[in-house]
Amino acid sequence: MSSQHSNVAYQVMWNRLISVVEEQAQALVRTAFSTSVREAGDLSAGVYDTQGQMLAQAVTGTPGHVNAMADAVAHFIRRIGRQNIFEGDIYITNDPWEGTGHLHDITMVTPSFHQGVLVGFFACTAHVVDIGGRGFGADAHSVYEEGLYIPIMKFAVRGEVDETLTRIIRGNVREPDQLVGDIYALATCNEIGHRRLVDMMQEFRLDDLSGIADFILDNSRRATIEAIAALPQTQAQGEMTVDGFDAPITLKVKVSVHKDRIVSDFTGSSGLDKKGINCPLVYAKAYACYALKVAIAPEIPNNAASLAPFEITAPENTIVNALHPAPVALRHIVGHFVPDVVFDAFDKIVPGLVPAEGAGCLCNFQLSLRPRTDAQAPADARRSEVLTFNSGGSGARPEHDGLNATAFPSGVMTMPIEATEHAGPVIIWRKELRPDSGGAGRTRGGLGQYMEVGATEGHEFDIQAMFDRGQHPARGRRGGGAGAPTTIVQDDGTKMHVKGKQFVPHGRRVRMAFPGGAGYGDPAQRDPAQVKRDLARGYISADIAARDYGLSQAEIVAVQQAVTNGEDI
Amino acid sequence: MKSASIRLGADIGGTFTDVVLEKEGAVFSTKVLTTYAAPENAIIDGMHQVCAKAGISPDQIGQIIHGTTLATNALIERRGAKTALITTQGFRDVIEMRTESRFEQYDLNLNLPDPLLPRQARFTVAERVNAKGEVMIPLERADIEIVADQIAQAGYTSVAVGLIHSYLNPAHEQMVRDVLAEKLPQVSVSISAEVSPQMREYERFNTVVANAYIKPLMASYLGRLEERLADEGVGCRIFLMHSGGGIISIQNAADFPVRLVESGPAGGAVFAAHIAARYGIDKVLSFDMGGTTAKICLIKNQTPKTARVFEVARTYRFKKGSGMPISIPVIDMVEIGAGGGSLAHVDAMRQIRVGPESAGSEPGPACYGRCGARPAVTDADLVLGKLDPDNFAGGSIQLHPDQSQAALITDIGQTLDVDAVEAAFGVAEVVDENMANAARVHAVENGEDLSEYTMIAFGGAAPLHAGRLCEKLGVDRLIVPPGAGVGSAIGFLRAPYSFEANRSVYMRLSDFDPEAIRTLLTALKTEATGFVRTCDAHADILSEFKVYMRYTGQGWEIPIDLTEDQVMNPDAATFEARFEEEYIKLFARPVAGMDIEITVWSVNATTPPEMVRPVQAAKGGQPATTTGTRKVFDPASSGYLDAKIIERATMTPGQRAIGPAAVVEAETTIIIPASRDAICQPDGCIDLTLKGNGGQP
Repeated sequence: MSSQHSNVAYQVMWNRLISVVEEQAQALVRTAFSTSVREAGDLSAGVYDTQGQMLAQAVTGTPGHVNAMADAVAHFIRRIGRQNIFEGDIYITNDPWEGTGHLHDITMVTPSFHQGVLVGFFACTAHVVDIGGRGFGADAHSVYEEGLYIPIMKFAVRGEVDETLTRIIRGNVREPDQLVGDIYALATCNEIGHRRLVDMMQEFRLDDLSGIADFILDNSRRATIEAIAALPQTQAQGEMTVDGFDAPITLKVKVSVHKDRIVSDFTGSSGLDKKGINCPLVYAKAYACYALKVAIAPEIPNNAASLAPFEITAPENTIVNALHPAPVALRHIVGHFVPDVVFDAFDKIVPGLVPAEGAGCLCNFQLSLRPRTDAQAPADARRSEVLTFNSGGSGARPEHDGLNATAFPSGVMTMPIEATEHAGPVIIWRKELRPDSGGAGRTRGGLGQYMEVGATEGHEFDIQAMFDRGQHPARGRRGGGAGAPTTIVQDDGTKMHVKGKQFVPHGRRVRMAFPGGAGYGDPAQRDPAQVKRDLARGYISADIAARDYGLSQAEIVAVQQAVTNGEDI
Repeated sequence: MKSASIRLGADIGGTFTDVVLEKEGAVFSTKVLTTYAAPENAIIDGMHQVCAKAGISPDQIGQIIHGTTLATNALIERRGAKTALITTQGFRDVIEMRTESRFEQYDLNLNLPDPLLPRQARFTVAERVNAKGEVMIPLERADIEIVADQIAQAGYTSVAVGLIHSYLNPAHEQMVRDVLAEKLPQVSVSISAEVSPQMREYERFNTVVANAYIKPLMASYLGRLEERLADEGVGCRIFLMHSGGGIISIQNAADFPVRLVESGPAGGAVFAAHIAARYGIDKVLSFDMGGTTAKICLIKNQTPKTARVFEVARTYRFKKGSGMPISIPVIDMVEIGAGGGSLAHVDAMRQIRVGPESAGSEPGPACYGRCGARPAVTDADLVLGKLDPDNFAGGSIQLHPDQSQAALITDIGQTLDVDAVEAAFGVAEVVDENMANAARVHAVENGEDLSEYTMIAFGGAAPLHAGRLCEKLGVDRLIVPPGAGVGSAIGFLRAPYSFEANRSVYMRLSDFDPEAIRTLLTALKTEATGFVRTCDAHADILSEFKVYMRYTGQGWEIPIDLTEDQVMNPDAATFEARFEEEYIKLFARPVAGMDIEITVWSVNATTPPEMVRPVQAAKGGQPATTTGTRKVFDPASSGYLDAKIIERATMTPGQRAIGPAAVVEAETTIIIPASRDAICQPDGCIDLTLKGNGGQP
C-alpha cells in the first residue's frame, strides 16, 4: 500500500504548506508598522512552484490580495528573467498592475533553493504606512502623484541588499525607518517560509515540488469544477450604482456559468473617475472571485487551480480595469462593491444563496491633526496622522439577519478607541450601533454605526473621508427594504461630503452615521418574536416596528414594559 | 488533627471530578462523576474515597486546593446571573460590536456569538476620561441614581461597570460602585479597573462582564463548598487554582471568579512544569490530549509561558476570534479540536479532515458499539493496533474493531478508494499533523525551536499519539509521567501562591520617566503581594517583573522579563537593550531608528517554587518483561510491525522497552515507535528517547 508518496503523505504535505504560509503571514502581522497590516490584516503570503503557480496562500484579513498575489509571481519571473534568478535573491515591487492594485502595497518575492536547485518561490504583500506622493487618499489625478513607484526589480542580489535602491526609497517617503522596517519584515517572512519548506522537503525526501504541486492543483481543480458543474449553465446581468467621487459610478456585470468556468464580464461599467478610486483589474478580479467562491466553493483553499476557473473581463479604462497612469490609491472602494454587483447577477442564476446588498466598502477615515491655527496653540500641541477602520452593516442573508457593524466583503478589524486615542490628539466621542439603519425584511439588514470624532483641546484637523452609499444605500432583495444611507455632518450642522479631504476647525466635531445592510424578503413575513426581540434590544424603534413590521401599539407597550421589568424577550 | 503534610487537590472537569490526596509524598487518587446540580458533592465523595485509601480522616487534611471548570461552563452555557453593564455614553455596544470582523472569511451564513448581555441590559452614563487619565466630563451622582433605579426595577442581581480609559483613572468606576453599594446593597458589583485594568475596551469590558456574570454563582458555590467541608470535619483552609498557574484564597476567588477560568488546564501545565523540574529540563512542550481537544503549552525554565489575554467559549470550530476575549493573566495554551473522539470525514478536495466535531462519550467512536456510525480518532487508533480492544479504559469498555473498520470504509475508504488500514493511517496522520502544526506555529510565534525541546505527555489519548508527534516535530525525548489521568489535580498541589497585577500605561523610551516607573511598579508589587499575603502570612514572596514593549507604530508587544534591580533603578538603555535582545530572537533583526514604547506593566508575586527532589536518571538496564506482541502500525514506514506488549505496572526503574512496543496500563497505552526506546525512571515516568542515543536521555 505504500508507494513512495502515498495520498496520505501528500495530504500531510499540503496541510504543512498551508501551515507554512499562515505562519509566514503571522510573522508579518507582528512586525509590520502599518496600522492596516497589524490591526486589519491587510497582507498576504503564499508559496509557488517554479512556474509561478500559487500552491497555498494564507487566509488573511482581505480577499483583495487573493488573485493579485496569485498572478504576481509570474510577472516577477518574466521581468527578472529565469537566467537571472540566484540563491539569496529577493525581489520587490509596488506596481499596482503587476502587484496588488496600488502603490501602498509592497510585494516581495524570494526564490527558494534546495540543494542548489530552484524549487519554488515565496511571496508576500503588505500595505505600508506611506509611499510618499500626496499621501493615502483619493486626491491624486494620476498614479505619478500617488507616490514612489518601484518597478519589479531586485532588492537583494545573492544576499547583498541594493543600497542604492534603499536610499532612493528612504529619500522619497515620509516615514523611511518604518518603511524600510516593513520591507525587511516582508523579506524575513519569506525567509521563514523558505526554511520551513526546506525542512518539509528533507523530511519527505523531496527533490522538487512537482509531485505535491500536481496533487494540490489536480484536487483543487477537480473540486472547483465539480462545484461549478453543479450550477445551471446560464447567464445573468447585475447592476449597481454607488456614489463615486465626482459622479456616480455604475458597476455592471454579466455572469456566465459554463461547464468548467464562470466568466464575469464588466462591460458597461462606468469609465475612469478623475480621482484615485479607480481599480486595476487584478483587484476587481480578486473580489469577483471571492464573491463567487464564498458562495459556491468556500472550503477549497486558494491556489492557482482553484482560482483559474473564475475568469473576469472588462473593457480597458473602465472603473474596474483602470490602466496606467490612472490614480488608484483608494481602489478598495470600488473593489469592495464588486461582490454586491456579482451577487445581483448570481442571485438570478442560483436564487436563495447570496445576501442582499450591504454597506460594501469599509467606512475608513484618516485624520490629519495639527496645532490650531486660528489662535495660539498650547505648547504641547502636535501633528499626528490617525487612520481608523470601521464597518457598516452587512446585507441580510436568506436565512439570517445581516451582521451588525461587521466588515463584508473585507475581513478587517476595527481598532479599540482607547488605542486610537493613544495614537494622536483625537477623541472618539461615540462609536455604537445605529438603530433603524438595517433594511427591513423577513431577515433584517445588519445595523450600521454612529461615530463622532473631534480633536483634543488646541488642535484642528482635516478629515480624509473614504465613505460611500451616501446617495445610494444598499438595496433590498425579494421585497426587503434598503439600508440607511451614510451621513456626515459637523456638530454645528455644517454639511460635509462622503469623500475627500475636508477641514474641521478647532472645537468642532464630525458626526458620522455609517450605512446599514439591506433587508431580504417581505418584512411582513418576519417572525414576530424576532421583531419584538429587535425592539427590546433597540435595534429598531417603536415607529419602525409599527410601520415596517406591523407590530400593534399594545404589543409595543408590552415589549417596552418587559424591558423595564427585566423580563426576557 | 490537621497535618501540613496531608494535602488534597480537587479538579472539577466536564465529565469527571478528580481528587488527589498526598500524604508524606504518597499519592492517592480517584475519579468520580461530576455532579452538576451540586458540584461540591463530587468533591466530598471523592475526598472520602481518597481518605479511606490513605487511612486518614478528613480532619487531618492540612490544605485543600481546588480548580474547576464551573466558571468556564457557566460562560459557555450562559448560566450566569441576571447581569447589567454600566458604561460610558456613546459606547453601549462595545461588547456586541467586537472587532467588527468575521473570524471566518469563507462562510456567507456566519453568525457572530451573542454578547453575554443583550443590548437592553447595557446602560450608559454621561462621563469621560481621556487617554491621559484626565476627566473631561465629570460623572454626576444623579445620573448613576437614575441607572440604579432602572437596574432595581428590572431586577438585575449583578452589575459590571466598564468605563472608557478607567485603567488610567478608576475614580468614575469607583463612584458608580459606591453609589450602587449604597442604593442597591444586595447587588453584586464588579468594576473593570479592578478586574482587568488593561487598555482595549472590548477585552476589558468583556472581562468585567464575564466576572459579574459568574460572580453570584461562584460565590454561592464556594460558600456551600466551605460549609460542606466543615460539616465533614475539614478544618483546613481552602485555596483556588487560578488560570495563571498559582493559587489564591477562596475570598479572592469569589471576588474575581473570572480568574478561575482555565484553572484545570493550568493545573496540567504546572504538573508538567514540576516534572520538568525533577529532571532539570529547561525546555518542555506539554501535550495534553483528551476526548475532544488537545492542549499544548511551552514551559521554559520550569515555568509555563503566560499571556494576558485568552479566548473562552469558542463557538466555531475552535476558531480564533469566535469566542470571547478575557484579559487576565493566564497560562498560554494552544487548544485545538483534536481528541480521541474527534470525527473524521472526507471533504470536497478528497482530503481527510479530522475534528473539531467530536463523538463525545455518547454515542462515542464507532468502536464503542453504541450506534456511533462515524469514524473517530479512537477508531483509527484501534485499527492501527495502538489500542487493545479487550483492555480499554481498564477493560470497562469493550471495543469493536469491526465497527471501526466499517465506519472507516464507509466514510473514508469508499470515497478515496483505500482500505480500512490506509484510511485509519490517514486519519491518524492528519490529526497528528494538525497537532504538530499547532505546536510548530506556537513555537515560532514565541521564537522557539522545538528540536531543543522535551515533550511531557499526559491525558488519556496523549500517550497514543505523542511518539508520532515527536517524530514529526523532531523532538528527541518524551516523558510520560504516572498519574497522567489526574495530572491537573496533582498540579494543583505543586502550584505556588501567586497573584499577577498588571496595568496599561504607555511610556516611550524617549519620554522615559524613572520616578513614574518606580511608583507604578511599587504599587503593583504591593497589590500583588497583598493578595499572596492573604494566603500565607509568613512565606517568602518573590516578585517577578515583566513589561510589554514594541517599536512605536507596531501593534504587537513582546513580553520582557526584568530584574527587580532593573525596574527599581530603571534606565532607558537597559530597557532598550533587553527589548532588542528579545526582538532579535523573535524576528531576526532590530529596526534601526525607531522609538520604543512600553504598553503594559506587570508584577507577579509568588511564593518560591516547591523544592523538588531531582530524579537520578536511571541507566539503561534489562529489557522489561513482555507479555506478548501485537501488530502496531508504524506511520514512519507505512506498515505494521510486531510490537512488544509490556505492562507498565511490572516495569521497574532502569528497565527498558525497545521500540516498537506498547506499554499498557489501565488508563492508557504508551506507543513506543520503532524509532525510539524507553526506560522506566525511578519516579515511574516512562522516558522515551531517539534510538542511537544508547537509551540514555
